[in-house]
Amino acid sequence: MTASMDRRDFLRGLGGVLGCSIAAHPLMTTVTMAGANGGRALGDHRLIVIILRGAMDGLDVVQPQGDADYAVLRPTLLNPQAADLDGFFRLHPAFGDLMPLWGAGQLGFVHATSTPYRDKRSHFVGQDMLEAGTGMDVPLNQVKDGWLNRLLQTQKGLTSETAYSIGQVAMPLLEGTAEVRNWSPETTLLLTPQARLLFDRVYEADPLFHAASQEAMELADAGNGDMEMMAADPSQMAGLKVQDVEQLVDYAAGKLRQDARIAAFSMTGWDTHRGQAGGLSKSLARLQYAILRLQTGLGENVWGKTVLLAMTEFGRTARENGTKGTDHGTGGVMVMAGGALNGGKVYGDWPGLSEANLYERRDLMPTSDVRAWAAHAIQGLYGIDQNVLENTVFPGLKMGKDPRILL
Amino acid sequence: MSKLSTLAAIRFGYGLPQPKGAPESAEAMLAMLAGSDEAMRTLPIRNSAELIPNLQELRQIQKAGKKATAKNPKRNALLQDFSNAAEAAAVVTFARALDSADGFRERLTTFWADHFSVIAKRQLEALFPYALVDDAIRPHLTGNFADMLTAATLHPAMLSYLDQSSSVGPNSHFGKNQNKGLNENLAREVIELHSMGVGAHYSQTDVTEMAKILAGLTLNADLLMQFVPRRAEPGPRALLGKTYDAVGLDNIHAALRDLALQPATGQHLARKLAVHFVSDTPDADLVKAIAAAYNGSGGDLMATYAAMLNHPAAWVEATEKARQPFDFMVASLRALGVTGEQLQQMPYKQFRGQVLTPMAGMGQTFKRPSGPNGFDEAAEEWITPQGLARRITWAMRVPMRLVQPLPDPIALAQYCLADRASEALLWGAARAEDITQGVGLVLASAEFNRR
Repeated sequence: MTASMDRRDFLRGLGGVLGCSIAAHPLMTTVTMAGANGGRALGDHRLIVIILRGAMDGLDVVQPQGDADYAVLRPTLLNPQAADLDGFFRLHPAFGDLMPLWGAGQLGFVHATSTPYRDKRSHFVGQDMLEAGTGMDVPLNQVKDGWLNRLLQTQKGLTSETAYSIGQVAMPLLEGTAEVRNWSPETTLLLTPQARLLFDRVYEADPLFHAASQEAMELADAGNGDMEMMAADPSQMAGLKVQDVEQLVDYAAGKLRQDARIAAFSMTGWDTHRGQAGGLSKSLARLQYAILRLQTGLGENVWGKTVLLAMTEFGRTARENGTKGTDHGTGGVMVMAGGALNGGKVYGDWPGLSEANLYERRDLMPTSDVRAWAAHAIQGLYGIDQNVLENTVFPGLKMGKDPRILL
Repeated sequence: MSKLSTLAAIRFGYGLPQPKGAPESAEAMLAMLAGSDEAMRTLPIRNSAELIPNLQELRQIQKAGKKATAKNPKRNALLQDFSNAAEAAAVVTFARALDSADGFRERLTTFWADHFSVIAKRQLEALFPYALVDDAIRPHLTGNFADMLTAATLHPAMLSYLDQSSSVGPNSHFGKNQNKGLNENLAREVIELHSMGVGAHYSQTDVTEMAKILAGLTLNADLLMQFVPRRAEPGPRALLGKTYDAVGLDNIHAALRDLALQPATGQHLARKLAVHFVSDTPDADLVKAIAAAYNGSGGDLMATYAAMLNHPAAWVEATEKARQPFDFMVASLRALGVTGEQLQQMPYKQFRGQVLTPMAGMGQTFKRPSGPNGFDEAAEEWITPQGLARRITWAMRVPMRLVQPLPDPIALAQYCLADRASEALLWGAARAEDITQGVGLVLASAEFNRR
């Protein structure tokens, strides 16, 4: 495996249905940990990023029932059974099992936050923006890599880290110039030595095929391919079922308990144009399940060093639409959890819901940039320089005052 | 076989060897495309109308109440019929691509089906994605884009998938009485994805106005499109600076026709065509030429396709695109000599296990893109370590279960790649340990997986 030792092996994520994690290559663990930053690249903290694809309705998840306008805007969605958080906000009942975490200060939210993306409210552009982590000043077609990838590139000690990803859809969050791997635990590649030799030669002239096959063979060797390969369930794309969450979370938790420091994956099912009460509950239940299973899977010690950030491309309209759902909006909610979190709080300035206070008289007005919260979390977890965060990881971001979201 | 005809077959068709009678030049491809749609005629899918009696019978059964409905022995058979129709249509989709000499028509059909992506939301709608292709795309494939846009937008599959069926004008009779209102999902995607493209100049107001124009469209109990005036938003509407004050469906038709005629739409479609067929980073002049043909002809699709095929950049020697898994699968089956008829005779379970399930592992769940924007185009999205591992594994394991005996690997390379088989591939195919490995090497090769 000498060829891989000097390569900058990385990780690209996955997306849509499953997720990805970044982990040290089992064969290179010691090399990895002996990098820059005093020999322990990234230190001991864990960061888990979940992209909620489809635009989660933050106003329904963390309901501002203390705002008199809420009941007017949300006549059928307002849920009187929602548990009280702080006398002003209430939590959607499908997140009910998270209340003990809230009580322990290990669950928190940022309200009225968004990326700098405005106005056209396209999922696809919105997600690219979120994952790219750049501001509107950089044309999207010039933004090639995602912010986590850029973060990892700034850390010299990570040059030999390998990141694995699970899943079928590429995730720009981790995409970048660094080499990237895309692999799911159920994939295997059984080739005889002669077949490897032949493929090596046959792919030589095509860099894309050559790199992908090399990585596939290395990953198969690394023991990530024990399971039967044709086992993928085509119904998966319809939505994340609990078994999928289980498989994904267990894989990520296993890696995070060892050498991995960052994991990122995405969950779908948030585009609730119609009959939101049912659809949102299901998606929240899956997210709740993922959070609780991560907590258990990481164990008390690692969970205590972990921050989980779940963010979405934008929020949804302040008003219910005509079909008991909501359309694409602007300001929304970021969900945070973990033992390293200073939780039990709803962060962010509340803009109010009166018509004059809405963005374009339609959406919750964003009062913060979601990237700033992520940047402060990363700074707190890994001690990364503010200049690097504002210029390289999130170009053009103004982080502002530290909101102290970490313990 | 000339170099150009090899490229024609793999870049604009489903690969070599071409079915009998297949055209070998751009002119011949366009001439055949201008003729009738033989694949749809000879390989039909079930018409949705045939399933209306099932819907009616199911409604009768339901009247007996929840418990009695669940126990009714006929219910499952009636429901299963919808799944059976969709399964047969999936096989037909492969068979058409596999057998048709008019390969460019099949590739264009796949392109437009992706452009107007829909997903079946429930068992009763299982046939919807296939019905949209046969009802709205294939009949207008060589006509005017405005007609295709209109047919696809008004199709039950689209009305259901993008929630139009429940959107109601807030000031309509129904909206006021029932306190219902708009759902702007379809309106947004019609502008953002299906016509002008997200980069074009339109605003949230235009999206909302479009939603008001579309209000009134819904599905009836037989899952047919219906325009209900009581649900329509009254009053004139202003879309992109123009006023629409006709009544009902006329307004919808007028707005969709104008969207099709927007120069931004020509630009958006031209780029998508060039990206899909030629290169992930297409030649600017190629895109310009296609857009000019579209906009100059008022959305005439034959003129649009001709501009692409007649441009030298469309025939660049290097194959930059990766075949998407569906394309890979059809081309592999064709190279192995599997016919559409064989697929239709195969038990569906086998078809699913050997074709559909492996495709999902390669990253493409058949007829289930992750959203209305369809599948990714970029080669890097498909040729990942995992995606390629699954192609290699399929190529080494499945062909022997489909054809006996397997073809000689060198002969296979020569007839499925012709002049595009590299020295290295022929070298490797000659040194494979056994025939399954040799066949796998050819089908998983870079040259076979690019187009």
